[in-house]
Amino acid sequence: MLNINNLHVKLEEEDKIILKGVNLTVGAGEVHAIMGPNGSGKSTLSYVLSGRDGYEVTDGSASLDGVDLLEMEPEDRAAAGLFLAFQYPVEIPGVGNMTFLRTAANAQRKSRGEPELSAAEFLKLVRSKAASLQIDAEMLKRPVNVGFSGGEKKRNEILQMAVLEPKMCILDETDSGLDVDAMKLVAEGVNALRSEGRSFLVITHYQRLLDHIKPDVVHIMADGRIIKTGGPELALEVENNGYADILAEVA
Amino acid sequence: MALAAHKTEGAALLLARYPAPNGAAWLNRARNDAAARLADMGAPFGRDEYWRYTPPAALLGDVADVAHVADEALFNAADAHELVFVDGVFDAAQSTILDDVALQIQTLDAADADIHWAADLYGALESAGQNPVPRPMAALNTARAGQGVLVRVMGAAKPVVLRHIRKSANADAMLHHVIKVEAKAKLTLLEDGVVAARANTVIEVDVADNATFDHIRNQGRDHGRLLTTHIFARLGAESRFKSFTLSLNGRLSRNEAVITLTGDNASAHIAGAAVGDGDFLHDDTIFITHDAEHCESRQVFKKVLRNGANGVFQGKILVKQGAQKTDGYQISQGLLLDDDSNFLAKPELEIYADDVICSHGSTCGSVDETSLFYLTSRGVPRAEAQDLLVLAFLDEAIAEIRDDVVADMLRNRLGGWLERHRG
Repeated sequence: MLNINNLHVKLEEEDKIILKGVNLTVGAGEVHAIMGPNGSGKSTLSYVLSGRDGYEVTDGSASLDGVDLLEMEPEDRAAAGLFLAFQYPVEIPGVGNMTFLRTAANAQRKSRGEPELSAAEFLKLVRSKAASLQIDAEMLKRPVNVGFSGGEKKRNEILQMAVLEPKMCILDETDSGLDVDAMKLVAEGVNALRSEGRSFLVITHYQRLLDHIKPDVVHIMADGRIIKTGGPELALEVENNGYADILAEVA
Repeated sequence: MALAAHKTEGAALLLARYPAPNGAAWLNRARNDAAARLADMGAPFGRDEYWRYTPPAALLGDVADVAHVADEALFNAADAHELVFVDGVFDAAQSTILDDVALQIQTLDAADADIHWAADLYGALESAGQNPVPRPMAALNTARAGQGVLVRVMGAAKPVVLRHIRKSANADAMLHHVIKVEAKAKLTLLEDGVVAARANTVIEVDVADNATFDHIRNQGRDHGRLLTTHIFARLGAESRFKSFTLSLNGRLSRNEAVITLTGDNASAHIAGAAVGDGDFLHDDTIFITHDAEHCESRQVFKKVLRNGANGVFQGKILVKQGAQKTDGYQISQGLLLDDDSNFLAKPELEIYADDVICSHGSTCGSVDETSLFYLTSRGVPRAEAQDLLVLAFLDEAIAEIRDDVVADMLRNRLGGWLERHRG
């Protein structure tokens, strides 16, 4: 599914190197978690994979099902099946949530050569997905993320994921800013999407989220590299002892 | 102070360029008065404070040929009076005036000798609107316009559509409309299309106590057209005034509005959306005077500019002494789609009452990259994502339109324009 090989990335505007050789392979249907201290490059990895401006790849590669991601525009990566759930979902005044979702879904279908959905078909699809995330008609009508609470924004991200049905989902600190109940709701939304053909890369600071979204593999990232890989027990180790031990062990 | 010679000469040249039409005695008198006003104030020149950002030279010389872009007619309402003008000349054969007890219509070229209500207004609101800022193109219009409509509304009238059709490549048209909305009466005035290669239009509208006037116009999409428009409005107590202008393209468009709130609890909303690509100069010059208590006014103007297009906004709120509890709002915003375009704004507040709320803002910026990334990361192609954001930017102005169906028509027009002007 996702193959990242020796990925080196620096900021475009300054000489700051953020990723210093990331190697990562996520197989189909797998859930991988990336944990790591602040500034280790976790969010940068998610942005580089999804095509945000401002980063320069100096070495290495990243591909999705054998297709080079790094040469593609963000919209083409999305159409190829990549999805990033934002740490800070963007508020877009004046653009209705429903309009946005439908434009996105149909643009992806169009680029894959699939027929576009009519307004009625689409409404039916969204309603069926929205109910379990406790997103009501009112939220769908409002401008994208405007006036949404932290929990509503994250649920809206998961709704987009459910509607767009990507094969590779990256969740960038989806648990940040959520209370326990909201986190559960979001995790249930993610779990409902788990399937053989769909993989997840869950970026988080805390083991908490991984109680609800059970990972197959846990990676620890520090200073732009993945320094340790293990099973779910690695997350527990971080929870109990912090990163200091692991960092010392690797150094 | 004596007027500079070039301004005096310019006024004489303008008056000589357009022959005085001959009509009813009251009309000829008003025209003569306006000609004298123009001679006194002089022709506009680029050094004048109010013409600094919009050089008027193209309005004063000869008219070049302007190609016409065919566009589907807007505001196709079955139950509306439709007055058709071809190159600024009324075409009775193509027009439809319905039975409507709430409304009287005459054309200016056939105005009665004893149409007192019109005689009382023609040139009167324009003349009052010449102070403190002279508006020479409006005085010229009052002096020389031979075409237009006189509409008196006594009840809930059917909408009036002014439909403009272009046939001539270089017609130079002048239209002057006078509208009186009597107490408690209601009128919606819709204007559609490019009047002529060069056009100068004036609307004088008297909105009496408790009356409602809605005005929506689409100025067409011919690139080369030159246009000056003026709205002079006088609002009575508890009256409602709304005006919205959509401008796509246009080498020069200067839309002026002079609105005076003379009765308590009146409200005036004026808004506009303008989009331009390349050789485009669009200027909204607004002057709202609060001269009564508890009145409300709103100005919402948005412009989207690319490839060296220019946008100008000069908006003023004047709150006179005694106009307590005034609520005035003004926003003007330019969205620049590249580094070559310009948006110039001159917001002004002048307040002589001490218990008022007046706010104004002006911004100029580019499309937000973070929002663009969010949209594209969901699969929306960049061009489409940008269009969505541009339409969202314009929507605060469109939302000023009361009628949702009409607002959606204008959104579609803007969407079409954006699609044609990508890349």
